[in-house]
Amino acid sequence: MTDSASRRDFLKGAGAAAAASTLPLSMVKLAFADPAQDFTFAYISDSHIQHIKGNEFVRNWDRGLIRAVAETNLLRPKPDFVMFGGDLAQLGTKAELDHGAEMLSKLNYETHMVMGEHDYYLDLGEYWSRLFGDQHYSFDHKGVHFVVLNSILTFDEWTHERWPTPEQRMLEMAALDNPNGSPFMVGEKQREWLRQDLEKVDKKTPLVVFSHSPIQKIYKGWNFWTDDAEEVQALLKPFDKATVIYGHVHQIQYNQIGNIAFHAVMATAWPWPYPESYAQAEQHMPVLTVPMNRADPFFERDATGWQFIDVATGRVAMDYNLYNNTNRRVAFDATKGHPVDTAYQAEADRIPPQDHY
Amino acid sequence: MSKKLLVVACGIIAAVVMVSGLGLRADEFTKDDVDRYQDEFMSVVEKGRKLWGSGDLGTNGVACGQCHPNAANTHPETYPKFQKQLGRVIVFGEMMNWCLQQPLEGQPLALDDPDLIAMEAYARWERRGVALAPGKH
Repeated sequence: MTDSASRRDFLKGAGAAAAASTLPLSMVKLAFADPAQDFTFAYISDSHIQHIKGNEFVRNWDRGLIRAVAETNLLRPKPDFVMFGGDLAQLGTKAELDHGAEMLSKLNYETHMVMGEHDYYLDLGEYWSRLFGDQHYSFDHKGVHFVVLNSILTFDEWTHERWPTPEQRMLEMAALDNPNGSPFMVGEKQREWLRQDLEKVDKKTPLVVFSHSPIQKIYKGWNFWTDDAEEVQALLKPFDKATVIYGHVHQIQYNQIGNIAFHAVMATAWPWPYPESYAQAEQHMPVLTVPMNRADPFFERDATGWQFIDVATGRVAMDYNLYNNTNRRVAFDATKGHPVDTAYQAEADRIPPQDHY
Repeated sequence: MSKKLLVVACGIIAAVVMVSGLGLRADEFTKDDVDRYQDEFMSVVEKGRKLWGSGDLGTNGVACGQCHPNAANTHPETYPKFQKQLGRVIVFGEMMNWCLQQPLEGQPLALDDPDLIAMEAYARWERRGVALAPGKH
């Protein structure tokens, strides 16, 4: 806590010139009994770099990613690595992926990538993979097992047969509320890979899974959803401490299902409404979640932010550092057995901007 | 047509209507009429939905639906209301115009422009069933 506070102070001071709007990245601290093993990593997600024509890109989204990269480079102590949580591009084109990769290349740290649907459905991840490598993989870092999943796959028929052109397929999936879209899934093949990958890992090892979509079912209409979430959760169940960190939703969410804690990260591009604000939706927002403040569009970078994630006991405590709003801290409470917001969790402690309707 | 002729023509039409009982009375309409009114409305809603998802409204390819899927978080039922950033009470169309000019980097539409009306119809349709709450922030 002291650590994150001082880091925040550092950023507020050192970043005064650069810090005009958001800090749309996540800072992750993993702390263990042996302090020498403590480490941090940063998390940037959902930049939606959007090509207009020629050398023009949507300025607003560009600024979000440029800012995240610049802020991440200012972090002291330095993070061990950076995660990028998917949707680097808006329509998966080479122009967008190249432009995004160019901006990410300014990071002074090793970067691990997660696949998003906006990166994938033009050429089924081919160019993304040429730039960034495998679409699912795992790695170990200072006693933690990390897994990256490509959770935005869907039915073969939808992917390969339904659409006359790759461009149309991309557009159909890119519109969040499009009834012609299709539910996300990890898929049987990747689940089998995950099963084999986790087989080798001691079940006392803290496990952190990164996916683009939530590995839980919140609202199908906007793919705040992974169709085979339960099957994936079953593979994480044997672990004492499992955490899933996901993007896609562009908002604060957290939940606890059995031993698995869930945390969403902010977008650098724009915020999304909570499903409950769509009057026609049947949705299941985790009751634990105290929402982020309603976004104020007059602040271009509002409702994006950055987070410290501190895993002192192998569990996540996430500090949302929000540029235009009061910071938030959502920490795993061992006595309650789930994450809680340390300031706003109780009904009586909530504030009017958290009321979404 | 001269004034005199016009008066005569109107008189004849009025007489024919009254005599033949064509039923052109203000308070009479059939189920077919109601269905037609609804179809007319829904065709405008459908046009509005297309515009809402279009990258061609502004100059940078950004669509309303990128930030507002299903027109969520637009709260049409709360307008007119005091928009604190503009410092006055505005109608829903003015807020849509703000979005056309800022995130979409485009030009505002006239408040009676058929495209703006279509988008308002779409946003309100998605919000159907929600109680009116004029002025609510």
